Amino acid sequence: MLIYLARRIVFGAVVLLGTSLITFLIAFVIPADPAVAMAGAKADPQTLATIRHELGLDQPLYVQYGRYLDRALHGDLGRSYIRRQSVTALIVSRFPATAILAVSAMALSLILGVLMGTVAAAWHDRPIDHTLLVFSLGLVSMPVFWLGTMLLIAGGLYLRDFPLGGFEGPRSLVLPTITLALGSAGYYSRILHTNLVEALGQDYVRTARGKGLSPARTMFKHAMANALLPLVTLAGLDLAGLLSGVVLTETVFDWPGIGRLAFEAIFNLDIPLIMGTVLFAAFLIVVANLAVDLLYLWLDPRIRLEQAP
Amino acid sequence: MTRRSVNWMELAGALMVAGLIIVAVLAPVIAPHDPTRAVAPTYGNPGPPSAAFPLGTDELGRDVLSRIIYGARISLTVGIAAVLVTLAIGVTIGLGAGFFGGTVDFLLMRFTDVMLTLPGLLLAMALVTVLGPSLITILTVIGLVSWTQIARVVRAETLTLSQRDFVIAARALGAPPRRLIVRHLLPNVMPIIVVMAALGTSGTLLLDAGLSFLGLGVPPPTPSWGRMIEEATIYFRTAPWLATFPGLAIFYAVMGFNLLGYGYLRRRGR
Repeated sequence: MLIYLARRIVFGAVVLLGTSLITFLIAFVIPADPAVAMAGAKADPQTLATIRHELGLDQPLYVQYGRYLDRALHGDLGRSYIRRQSVTALIVSRFPATAILAVSAMALSLILGVLMGTVAAAWHDRPIDHTLLVFSLGLVSMPVFWLGTMLLIAGGLYLRDFPLGGFEGPRSLVLPTITLALGSAGYYSRILHTNLVEALGQDYVRTARGKGLSPARTMFKHAMANALLPLVTLAGLDLAGLLSGVVLTETVFDWPGIGRLAFEAIFNLDIPLIMGTVLFAAFLIVVANLAVDLLYLWLDPRIRLEQAP
Repeated sequence: MTRRSVNWMELAGALMVAGLIIVAVLAPVIAPHDPTRAVAPTYGNPGPPSAAFPLGTDELGRDVLSRIIYGARISLTVGIAAVLVTLAIGVTIGLGAGFFGGTVDFLLMRFTDVMLTLPGLLLAMALVTVLGPSLITILTVIGLVSWTQIARVVRAETLTLSQRDFVIAARALGAPPRRLIVRHLLPNVMPIIVVMAALGTSGTLLLDAGLSFLGLGVPPPTPSWGRMIEEATIYFRTAPWLATFPGLAIFYAVMGFNLLGYGYLRRRGR
């Protein structure tokens, strides 16, 4: 089990290393001169040369990458060219808004998704299953920025004192949370439905029914335990994605999160900030992968008891 | 499990997609107005839906219905072409990894893992910003950030197929790799590729719409559904129809492809 864990950690580190390399190469290809971005277009060549030297831009590429990696490992992602602040500090300052939205959206989508998926599986191939199927596909098919805009319109028309954008108290959380949650809820309900239907056809579930257990008890005690496992992986990775910022939803609702930060960074070609936000997102995904692996060890005895290869 | 050849979901999806294709092809015949010209007298103010303009007019006096009809052309082109790019990359990598195995498989799959950790939308935004928004850029970028899922599925299918007797027999008879891939593996991977193409198109349509909404879509004056919503956001209080109808068009298109793909998966009991 320890070997298994060690392998997963090494694997995560390797993936992160690859990600940092790709991010670095993309940033290198961007045809914007950081020195000009910092000093302004009117700076004299002397100043530009000094800045380039200070930033280490006159060094060979692999030296620059080594430095970047070394600093990143110490939590230093460089300084934003435009905002002139530390990238790490900027991400940290935007994280609370994004985190609150991510957690509430994930909670809502899981509640809705599990509810719809369970009902659809319990009445498999009946009208309610087909209705829920089309409904959840509908949720998946909506462009998230359009759903957000529609909710804003509805909010503006019918809910007079509803905050229409910005992050001011719990009420402002409602519309963006719904916007983010509905699509994933549709997705989760489809996955859970498929897994539940498959689990319900397995021998151990038939045995449980044969012993005389009620359909509800078989469903929740036996089938659900296995059907929920794949959902854990999905939800874990999705949560990481949400925590790294949601550009479209944050744009619609003028939400001061990491998604907006990344959006502005890209528009300003603020390279350290672009690299920082991308690397932060990748880091969260790797951590989420590890967390899901750990959770599996705890949830699924088949992995826990298996001899590590 | 019912064993009908086509289920109602696939049928509905196919009809919806066919309708979309017809509208896109016949846009000049169907559209009541020129999508890029001011046709309403209300120039300067968006006009509400009326008998003459069923879906209203935008702030430049252009007919929203005509713009949506023409928008089908650009959205469908981008959606389908981007899926072809995605498939080209994903199928190549998936088949290569599954067929050659060993080190090739290991390296290709670790590369896929790395790509999976990168935030797709951010990456697409950064690339489009750097390369400049044009049709070719957008197709390439969408392909570059969306192939991972297809590569994984195709690899899994190839691995399973490689263990089947007919492939082993062909290999034992000395069939060269090229022949094994083209004659034996590819035709059998095709069904899952078609499903992934349908589901992939709904993904690329949404990604393209999202990029357009962020101002990174195909440049104006080409009417694109995502861009129409972006331009409408400042009027969302005074002229809600401007954002509503293009969004319904995106929803319709994505739903059609989703019904097609999920319908097939469901019939196959996956």
